[in-house]
Amino acid sequence: MSDAGAEGSGSADRGDAALRVAIARKVYGAGGPEPVEAVRDLAFSVAAGQITCLIGPSGAGKTTTLRILLGLDPDYEGSVTPHPDEAGIAMAFQEPRLLPWRTVEQNVRLALPRTARRQDLDALFASLGLTPWRSRYPGALSLGMARRVSLARALAQKPGILILDEPFVSLDDTSAAALRALVVEAVDRTRMGVLMVTHNVAEAIEIADRLLLVSGRPATLLGSIPLEIARGSRERSWIEARRTDLAKRFPTVIAG
Amino acid sequence: MGFATRLVSVLILLAGWQVAASAAGSRLLPPPLAILDFIARESARGDLWWNVGITLSRVGISFFLAMTLGVLLGIALGRSRRLNLVLDTPLLILLNTPALVLTVLAYIWVGLNEAAAIVAVVLNKLPNVAVILREGARGLDPQLEEMARTYRFDRRTWIAHVLVPQLQPFVVAAARSGLSLAWKIVLVIELLGRPNGVGFAINYYFVQSLNVAAILGYSLVFMSVMIAIDILILQRLEAYVRRWR
Repeated sequence: MSDAGAEGSGSADRGDAALRVAIARKVYGAGGPEPVEAVRDLAFSVAAGQITCLIGPSGAGKTTTLRILLGLDPDYEGSVTPHPDEAGIAMAFQEPRLLPWRTVEQNVRLALPRTARRQDLDALFASLGLTPWRSRYPGALSLGMARRVSLARALAQKPGILILDEPFVSLDDTSAAALRALVVEAVDRTRMGVLMVTHNVAEAIEIADRLLLVSGRPATLLGSIPLEIARGSRERSWIEARRTDLAKRFPTVIAG
Repeated sequence: MGFATRLVSVLILLAGWQVAASAAGSRLLPPPLAILDFIARESARGDLWWNVGITLSRVGISFFLAMTLGVLLGIALGRSRRLNLVLDTPLLILLNTPALVLTVLAYIWVGLNEAAAIVAVVLNKLPNVAVILREGARGLDPQLEEMARTYRFDRRTWIAHVLVPQLQPFVVAAARSGLSLAWKIVLVIELLGRPNGVGFAINYYFVQSLNVAAILGYSLVFMSVMIAIDILILQRLEAYVRRWR
């Protein structure tokens, strides 16, 4: 893993690293008249049983990074270990990306192997409060509910790594808090590692075990900050103080 | 309310026709009842249903072939830039060749037989289907493609649950416009070179006796059959395809 100037990169892997990412360079239109460098020296790992939050300005190449992690874009310099095909990665997209012509249940079921057990699915739907919605079409759902279905589809994979792209954005406070609690509960219950991309720094400080701060184009890792206090015992004032501190240290990433 | 309005409009049309026919007093403009009378007699002789049946089977076979080939071609064109580059111009030429020209050429090159008739209809209709489906295949949602790849959908799952549902509205649109196109062309093709069918019968009554009641009778029956197919099958199919909206 290359040293990207990541703060404390040596201690980054207290938990077992479920996924190691080292993108040396990703260029769009290489060889063309105007190549654009989207990512440079972005190295981090996602620990099992932890929530790692990736924070960066919009257009920072986070979508590019996620596509590489998912194995959708093999054209980059660097490595993802284990290979995305073997890493057991599930993804909940920012736009829920449900098939509008299939019911909630079919959407979740289609992403599963045919051998998936019915009881597991029942339990999953129940735990996410989706049981009454199983036979509805996604068009009938609110954004919050659709995100829940998208989360259910990802969790149903029993993934080793769960990637969440802005999972709480554009939700009202109540729905966001409920969905956040579901994610935290799922991480604590399983040993899966979560990588969450967000713009919301306070939200990240509230639930993350580690923050990754990424600069704008090209996306480069500026800092990797562990949050020591346990999730459950973080007070409002502590979160606010951390936020102010980070805004001072990384003014290009976090607005004061 | 909607139905009542439609009924009134049809009744006014019929009344106007009746008045005009009485005023003209000519067999070149027969009253509505004369047409019903012809339909009853021709139907009793069995000729009507024989001819309608033959035309329907020609429409059915060529419609099925043109839809199948057109849908496959359209999807391929929408997904492959290179194939589209190769076939776009030929398709444009075919699209703008008059049905009459295609029909005459088919009869000359294939022979005055059933196969030529089917080939002519298919060539007339296939470009329309292909162009509609090409639009559909171009408009596939890239976000759903990524989702399907992320969740490692196998090919069968992808086709059945991602591809086909996105193309269904285009297939139904192509089917509805295609069916009305196909049957109109089939009649011309029958007129030009078949010894039976509705197109042949209309030509027969035109050349032999200028029997307008017969010409309108055949048209009316066949139009009714095609409209019934549209309402009873295609419109229901369309509603089914849109059920999740």
